[in-house]
Amino acid sequence: MDLFFFVVFAVVAIGGGVSVVLQTHPISSALSLVAVMGSLAVLYLLLGAEFIAMAQVIVYAGAIMVLFLFVIMLLNSGGETKPGRSAMVKVLGVPVLAGFVAIIAYVFSLSFNDTLAVHFGGFSDGSARSIGRAIFGAYLLPFEVTSVLILVAILGAVVLARKELD
Amino acid sequence: MFQGGGVPLSWYLILSAILFSLGVAGFLFRKNIITVFMSIELMLNAVNLSFVAFSYKLQQVNGHIFAFFVMVVAAAEAAVGLAIILTVYKNRSSLDIDDVSEMKN
Repeated sequence: MDLFFFVVFAVVAIGGGVSVVLQTHPISSALSLVAVMGSLAVLYLLLGAEFIAMAQVIVYAGAIMVLFLFVIMLLNSGGETKPGRSAMVKVLGVPVLAGFVAIIAYVFSLSFNDTLAVHFGGFSDGSARSIGRAIFGAYLLPFEVTSVLILVAILGAVVLARKELD
Repeated sequence: MFQGGGVPLSWYLILSAILFSLGVAGFLFRKNIITVFMSIELMLNAVNLSFVAFSYKLQQVNGHIFAFFVMVVAAAEAAVGLAIILTVYKNRSSLDIDDVSEMKN
């Protein structure tokens, strides 16, 4: 059952990722990215990361992608019309990336070929309780610094969005 | 090959590598500035999957914390980045990244 869910949602994630790259209209890319994020949330659940899965659905698929869709609709931009990249990129791009993936896959399958299989329920420490204990214990200072980061981001977004450069 | 119908950990890491490479491809090949930005989000998601998978292997919660911080940074980055895109569009009336290439020379 683990294997079934992994294969189904891995295929959805890879298909969505390919679609993000290949679609010419940004709205199609954004909806494909939502599919990738939803299937990644299921994979997080399989890995025992309940809190991260819920945060993925709420923060990424809920907040960030709505922001993207909002900007795309606000700007009302169409698909890409100009031709693509230079000839070298067209010829070499896909083989180089495929080689990169092949090298990484080879290294991973060599390094992690011990019989550690991922079972649903094999790691039960991903609840909001244990995440909260870690955040407000060992990671208290970084957590507080992120609040400053978000404040800076809010101020920056407001200042940039109303700035008139002429 | 693996007992009890589980999934090898390396499959998760390879899936993460594939998604990261797709993000790199989108970042390098696309010309729409919003699609380029979405490719960056795809790369961040791939790295999050690696963090959570390693967290399972080590049986520690630290990887989840890092994934959480990556999400926070991604949210802040999306807010600022989309504000920059709005400003660029206001000034150029275009979302093509080749129209915003003054820093090239």
